[in-house]
Amino acid sequence: MKISIYFKWAPSTLYIIFLMLPIYWLINMSFKTTNEILGVFSLWPQQFTLDNYKTIFTDPTWYNGYINSLTYVVTNTVISVAVALPAAYAFSRYRFLGDKHMFFWLLTNRMAPPAVFALPFFQFYSAIGLFDTHIAVALAHCLFNIPLAVWILEGFMSGVPKELDETAFLDGYSFWRFFIRIFVPTIAAGIGVAMFFCFMYSWVELLLAKTLTSVDAKPIAATMTRTASTSGYELGLLAAAGTLTIIPGAFVIYFVRNYIARGFALGRV
Amino acid sequence: MIDKIVNQKAWFFILPVTLLVAFNAIIPLMTVVNYSVQETFGDNVFFWEGVTWYEQVLNSDRFHAAFLRQLSFTGMILLIEIPLGIAVALSMPRKGPWVSVCLVLMALPLLIPWNVVGSMWNIFALPDSGLLGRMINGIGIDYNFTQQPVSAWLTTVVMDVWHWTSLVVLLAYAGLCSIPDAYYQAAKIDGASGWAVFRYIQLPKMKRVLTIAILLRFMDSFMIYTEPFVLTGGGPGNTTTFLSIDLVKIALGQFDLGPAAAMSLIYFLIILLICWVFYTLMMRHEN
Repeated sequence: MKISIYFKWAPSTLYIIFLMLPIYWLINMSFKTTNEILGVFSLWPQQFTLDNYKTIFTDPTWYNGYINSLTYVVTNTVISVAVALPAAYAFSRYRFLGDKHMFFWLLTNRMAPPAVFALPFFQFYSAIGLFDTHIAVALAHCLFNIPLAVWILEGFMSGVPKELDETAFLDGYSFWRFFIRIFVPTIAAGIGVAMFFCFMYSWVELLLAKTLTSVDAKPIAATMTRTASTSGYELGLLAAAGTLTIIPGAFVIYFVRNYIARGFALGRV
Repeated sequence: MIDKIVNQKAWFFILPVTLLVAFNAIIPLMTVVNYSVQETFGDNVFFWEGVTWYEQVLNSDRFHAAFLRQLSFTGMILLIEIPLGIAVALSMPRKGPWVSVCLVLMALPLLIPWNVVGSMWNIFALPDSGLLGRMINGIGIDYNFTQQPVSAWLTTVVMDVWHWTSLVVLLAYAGLCSIPDAYYQAAKIDGASGWAVFRYIQLPKMKRVLTIAILLRFMDSFMIYTEPFVLTGGGPGNTTTFLSIDLVKIALGQFDLGPAAAMSLIYFLIILLICWVFYTLMMRHEN
């Protein structure tokens, strides 16, 4: 019996080990000196060093990359969820002319390859004078995040019985008061899941973020690729920067961990 | 399903979304359409070209090759990720403290920026200083993903499996969690085998989330750009040059705007078409 329990857990245990190996290797590299990385092969740092991290936290071109990335990611998440809330409510509660077509059209934008939009976005945002600003990247990421947020929220809202709305209106609530005071708290889990996905897709995207920025709003991911190509092979520094990009994601996952599984099951995602 | 009221004022609710997405989608898309039917030599001088670029792209060996590579890559990762994701989800604990641990650790790869995923696998698979490269070479297999096409291809596939299987796991797990205990008890009373439980209880319950998983994985893997670009740069030769990498090469590298724009639209239409066919088939099956 005991053996069979171990056997049952085997796939997920092995899978997690497989997931952790490259991450461990990245962290391992980040504590090594460049000489050690290129010279000796070792499973853990022989000459433990924090220099790579020190460089990142003291050099503005590095730490500004993190600030830039977080700025546009948070802006995008707030915009996407804020405009998606009323839209998702409309899709889940009302029928109107062209509703199904609108919904499908929104989703088609989720299917658009960013590579298709890279050049037109560059020209468009340059033309309206938003090139190299945080808001440009935040707006550009709305292209795929708003459809996703509408999709997730609509699923959650359809699970809320309509009697809730009707009772509130009978009690004399105005629409917006009902929406903000009663409805939004009811679907808090859905908002959490939607924010998680918006944060995730905006945080990991690089092609558009890199195309739309040059100096002032350059994301950390772009700083990394450029450093890697210009100053040769500073693997230790690259590994340290990579390790630091994992941390915000880990935080976000930790906070929404209980919602993710439930969110998928409830929502129509 | 709740019965919905007809209310044309609902348009006001979706107005902000419509405006924002239209601002982002329609104007740039019109630019692409514009480029795809014209020839330009700069200075905003355009000449009408009609469907020349479309014919050129559709007849070019380069596009065919990239398209085939893309199809086989997407097919391969779907064949690995979906069964693997289901197997892992089935073996996860349903309750207890380990659930959170599993979920957090598994979701981690999803939140790593895509170029970091590329760099990470680059460092991990380097033949001399990477753990993976060292191990494979250690057991006597000649492996170097920067020079051998097969190694490069396999490394890209394994990287994608590492990166995205968790999404399938999370979705499948959510589907499994929504099955009431009573179903399992009934199956136990009937003396159903493990396979029968999977085939007649778990799989049907997971069908909807799996449809979503397949759709999302199809779309995202068909658009893959950053990870293989950072890992292999599309090489060696052209072996890992997928559609997006090829498109960026043409558009931003060679600045051939006409062919790039025509290719963009063909590319977009292919994704839309496959998604639509798949979705329609799944839905028809359901009814």
